[in-house]
Amino acid sequence: MLMADQEMKTTAPDTGLRIRTEVKVPEAAVAARAGGEPDIVCRNVNLSYGDNHVLHDVTMDMEDRRVTALIGPSGCGKSTLLRCLNRMNDLIDNVKVWGEIKVKGLDINAPTTDVIEVRRRVGMVFQKSNPFPKSIYENVIYGLRIAGINDRATLDEACEHSLRGAALWDEVKDRLDESGLGLSGGQMQRLCIARAIAVEPEIILMDEPCSALDPIATLKIEELIYQLKERYTIVTVTHNLQQAARVSDKTAFFWLGRLVEFGPTAEMFTAPKDKLTEDYITGRFG
Amino acid sequence: MASGTASDAPRTAAPPRSKWTRGEHLIWLTGSALGICLLMILGLLLVILTNGLGMFWPSRIEQLTLKDGSVLAGEPVQRQAIPNPGQPDHLKKHRVQLKVGNRDLYGFDFKWVDESEIAKREEAAGLYLIERSEYGPLIGTPVKVVEGEKEIATGAAAVRARLPELVAKADRDREAVKAIEKDEIGGVNYTLERIRLDRRKLDYRLKQDPSRDQSAERRALEKREQEQKARYAELEEKLAKRMEAATGTRVTFRTVDGQEKELRALDVYRAYPANELSWPGRARVYGSRLWSFLTDEPREANTEGGIFPAIFGTVMMVFLMSLAVVPLGVLAALYLREYARQGPLVRTVRIAVNNLAGVPSIVFGVFGLGFFVYFVGGGIDRIFFPEALPTPTYGTGGILWASLTLALLTVPVVIVAAEEALAAVPRSMREASLAMGATRFQTILRVVLPAAAPGILTGLILAMARAAGEVAPLMLTGVVKLAPELPLDGFFPFFHLDRKFMHLGFHIYDVGFQSPNVEAAKPMVYTTTVFLLIIVVLMNITAITVRNYLRQKYKTSAF
Repeated sequence: MLMADQEMKTTAPDTGLRIRTEVKVPEAAVAARAGGEPDIVCRNVNLSYGDNHVLHDVTMDMEDRRVTALIGPSGCGKSTLLRCLNRMNDLIDNVKVWGEIKVKGLDINAPTTDVIEVRRRVGMVFQKSNPFPKSIYENVIYGLRIAGINDRATLDEACEHSLRGAALWDEVKDRLDESGLGLSGGQMQRLCIARAIAVEPEIILMDEPCSALDPIATLKIEELIYQLKERYTIVTVTHNLQQAARVSDKTAFFWLGRLVEFGPTAEMFTAPKDKLTEDYITGRFG
Repeated sequence: MASGTASDAPRTAAPPRSKWTRGEHLIWLTGSALGICLLMILGLLLVILTNGLGMFWPSRIEQLTLKDGSVLAGEPVQRQAIPNPGQPDHLKKHRVQLKVGNRDLYGFDFKWVDESEIAKREEAAGLYLIERSEYGPLIGTPVKVVEGEKEIATGAAAVRARLPELVAKADRDREAVKAIEKDEIGGVNYTLERIRLDRRKLDYRLKQDPSRDQSAERRALEKREQEQKARYAELEEKLAKRMEAATGTRVTFRTVDGQEKELRALDVYRAYPANELSWPGRARVYGSRLWSFLTDEPREANTEGGIFPAIFGTVMMVFLMSLAVVPLGVLAALYLREYARQGPLVRTVRIAVNNLAGVPSIVFGVFGLGFFVYFVGGGIDRIFFPEALPTPTYGTGGILWASLTLALLTVPVVIVAAEEALAAVPRSMREASLAMGATRFQTILRVVLPAAAPGILTGLILAMARAAGEVAPLMLTGVVKLAPELPLDGFFPFFHLDRKFMHLGFHIYDVGFQSPNVEAAKPMVYTTTVFLLIIVVLMNITAITVRNYLRQKYKTSAF
């Protein structure tokens, strides 16, 4: 365990550097970002399940076309925060959220906000790949179907485009009519990513997308995240610190429902400001 | 198992487990419980199958000459020891029961004969068993065939040669007569009835609005009625001619005690020489009897003929019930599982639904009679068919009300099964759909329901099996001993959901316990039971096939 951590510490900065140097942010996006506020703005976000206060005053911004990783021990609230960003917590009884969350300027918890619209704009990929028991084709275009699009040509194009975007097209193009459940674990997870990007969201949330995958499949997803970053803002929860170091631009460390430290990944893994962060990333607890 | 701490320490043997803790007793106990269940089910099936399917087998006819000189012939049915308690011959002597037939001549179908009184027992050659339209079978030897006034065959051999042809012709004649009576005259009658109702409708309207001029409508009705009546007269004549042609031929048989009986050839359904049939011949008779049992209508107060209307009624009733119960049950389960806030109220509702399955079915029958037949049906009559009143149209028992009553009876089964199926759909699948921006409704329609379909079908299978076997509520809501018309026929609007119908379960009760001739009808009861079981099994197999197909299609990820 210790050895692994040391190794990580030595490799992490390189990876972070690589990402920062190679990322190409389109001019328009830079212009937009220069004037406006970050993609996702969280101000004093609190959440409680009944009497159980889970998130305490989380304040952080997630920038446009960047990967933000949320790390922390189990039960620290990182997944809960992630699920706040597309209001998936609405599905649980007795949940109360307060504080402000703005996605592209839209206050998603405002009473006038349409939760369907929020979820369409903020896609999500889950820890356990969950394709529908339908064909690969139907899986990818599910979001379009529910939006009422039934034009075959549009759907075909969206399917191919999304599968290419999820780096799955070459593997499945000849068997689009087969069940999505016949794919391998990694392919299923990429299918879920294709499904999420088919509706052209602005933000993609990933809840431990690689935790159930083998290292090779994990690598593919990580490469994919790296590519997707050019077009989407990505927030990912991960337990794999190396992964956080490899794919993210900024990292947030949570502990007991509080945001302990939030900053550029390279800095965080090389020179954490907080003692807790240091203890966690060096493997002293968690 | 070994508890030694060091490798060189002596192995301390684990204490031997007693047989009790090893659980072998439990294996025996569970095994025998299953065995007893299987044994009882197999025994029941065996009794039903042997009695039911044996009915069609043409058995031999024994001719008995008694010591007093009288002669009897019949199919031996059973043999039993004669009880004579306290006497030395108690259960030593035996008697046999013969199915002697010829009810019109003897006044009975069955006769017990003490074996001690029998002088001679033989399987006499030349004895025929004739199935005919009335009075049960006739047993005797053929004597002559008469056509009009002319004798065209005399003597056993000559008649025998002509019999197959006669029977075949009788079949054709019956078909032709039935076609005229049922389809053509039936059609005219149906139209006449409609005209009568149309006229009553006009009368009814006149009462409400006396100023309206109805003369044109009435003239049209008058004209249609005249046409139909002319057609009716025409058909009557055609039928009379056909009958005349068909009834000209008559066959005479002589029973073993010398009485002669003349039958119209038209009335002969089947005739075979019981003691001279080869095995293939017997198999043919068996097959033909089985076929006519399945496809014919009942005769003679249901104790003879077939059960086709009952099969049809049962299947259609179960079908209608399924159409009603699945949407109702699934929608209720959806609300309970997907929308309702889980709490004490929902728990109470769930318990209540489960308990509903324990309400005696006759109570559902009474409810169906009061609510569906009198309230809903009566309401429909008042609004849509006021001209026919006081004759009810929907305000009386019918296949629709019976199906709805059974749907109510079986809806708890479907709700429980559907709820479990919905609960088994993985949460991750719902979340995936909702996270895509689907509404709850879209998620249910596109993801949850397809995935839950196999489980819902399991509920339907259970419901169908229960509904097909239920009789008591039907007796109050629309089943009859003999329905002259099927609920589905060629006359517009084809489905006549207001009609009464026949049902296999009720048929069993009716033939077995309400029949004027219970003894003769006993095999019918078994056979009807066999076919009720077969139909339930067939319907279940269909539903199971659909379910397996859906399971294959929507099998959820194993990962």
